[in-house]
Amino acid sequence: MILRSKTPLLFTLVSCLIPLLWLFADIALNNLGSNPIQALHIRLGDWSLRFLCLTLAITPIQMVTKWRGMASYRQLFGLYAFLYGTLHLLTYLVVDNNLEWSLIGTDILESPYIWFGVLAYVIVFLLGVTTSKWSKKRLGKTWKKLHRFVYVASVAAIIHYFWQLKGNLAEPLLYLIIIFFLLSFRVLTWVMNRQKKLNKPQNLRLM
Amino acid sequence: MIIKTQKEIPSSEITDSAVFKERRNLIKTMLTAVAGASVSGAWAGENKIDLANLTKGDFSTAVFTPTPVELVKNYTNYYEFTLNKEDSTKLAQKFVVDPWSLEIGGEVENAGTYHLEDILHQQTLEERVYRFRCVEAWSMVVPWVGFSLGNLLKLAKPLSTAKFVKFTAMYQPETMPNQRNHAMLDWPYVEALRIDEAMHPLTMLAIGMYGDVLPKQNGAPLRLVVPWKYGFKCIKAVVKIELLENAPLTTWNKFAPAEYGFYANVNPTVPHPRWSQNSERELGSGFFTSRRQTELFNGYAEQVASLYHDMDLRYFF
Repeated sequence: MILRSKTPLLFTLVSCLIPLLWLFADIALNNLGSNPIQALHIRLGDWSLRFLCLTLAITPIQMVTKWRGMASYRQLFGLYAFLYGTLHLLTYLVVDNNLEWSLIGTDILESPYIWFGVLAYVIVFLLGVTTSKWSKKRLGKTWKKLHRFVYVASVAAIIHYFWQLKGNLAEPLLYLIIIFFLLSFRVLTWVMNRQKKLNKPQNLRLM
Repeated sequence: MIIKTQKEIPSSEITDSAVFKERRNLIKTMLTAVAGASVSGAWAGENKIDLANLTKGDFSTAVFTPTPVELVKNYTNYYEFTLNKEDSTKLAQKFVVDPWSLEIGGEVENAGTYHLEDILHQQTLEERVYRFRCVEAWSMVVPWVGFSLGNLLKLAKPLSTAKFVKFTAMYQPETMPNQRNHAMLDWPYVEALRIDEAMHPLTMLAIGMYGDVLPKQNGAPLRLVVPWKYGFKCIKAVVKIELLENAPLTTWNKFAPAEYGFYANVNPTVPHPRWSQNSERELGSGFFTSRRQTELFNGYAEQVASLYHDMDLRYFF
């Protein structure tokens, strides 16, 4: 029984590595175009953002479907956002900049779009390293407060994407719309909960 | 029911058929005169002129190794076709480049419209290997084939009132999807230089690269190359050159004046408002290699710095 319920999660866990394998294949086959380093950057950043969107989508899906077993998926997708985000950052530091700290320093200082990327990554990093049950217990109420910063991370990631572009804004716009809907769902439920609280304080625990 | 999808052409703009025939005859005569040196014919595979064995110009230097041609051909910002650098290669192939004429007008003694082949007949073509730096912080080295813009302008005899040179690109909405859709920028694309920048010996009009005619996605049949400025100044598919008394509004400058200045000189110390211009990724460089430190005026400071000696380059970015 336990095994059966874990199978879809394991399947998801392995599937989330497909984009990475696909990227390795493209590197091996020289399929990344004229500017492969930039293509690598974009692909990893895209996947980090996609997993961030998936992470944010879990709670609304859970609320709509009333299915309770989704928390581990949220954790899984969050960790993948962290993994792809880390690879994105490492690509920037090592593959693109060859750890030349003076070039990296100037680049970060002079590029506002990177500040938002740094902000998004710092948050995702903190959430990633505090994902364990042990951290959750230890941090208590702070854990929930900390993990709410995922909303800030998602908005920062979108700005990071938008601000580096000169032309084609279609793709970041798509993510912006997705994030907008996911965040407005949160705002909506928050407002509804508040109203219910005010009307029927005895139902508080059920929410 | 008749649905009009295009504006009717006013009768004043329709060429009288007698005039038209006369023009055709004139062009035919001129073509015969330059038979064997047909550049537009090169696209059709006839009379291919040998662009591969040209004399090296003063500014062609062996210090730079050209970027592999396939990378240069498949990474172009050509917003008339698409906003994606890797899609213009395919989309540009329907662009009509033959016949091509260039209009030269404004503050000049000899205004006129010339067939491209006639212009080339008068100019000495040479190969020049230039660095090319995009405002998006990537760069390449391209062996262009062309001639000094200054030599062409001298033939038009600029008046003393000519202070700026405006370039207009082709408006061909039937082959250029983003012109048809009025996407993003105002079409046609417009660029401009100060007259001294335009007359500078480094500034060239290119008709070819890598010993062949320009691929359509790289700006065929005629494009501007100003190696010390960001790539967006190097307007593709030029159809009109006007000499003006005042600076015209240029396409990117109009679109985002805080981000893209009139001068757009490559300068590592003046960042774009959203990103640094301190370093650049060279096309063709491998993984785990450093980015290149961007040079003032893209490495051409020795030749062009004097043009800007009394200017605050942060203000005139």
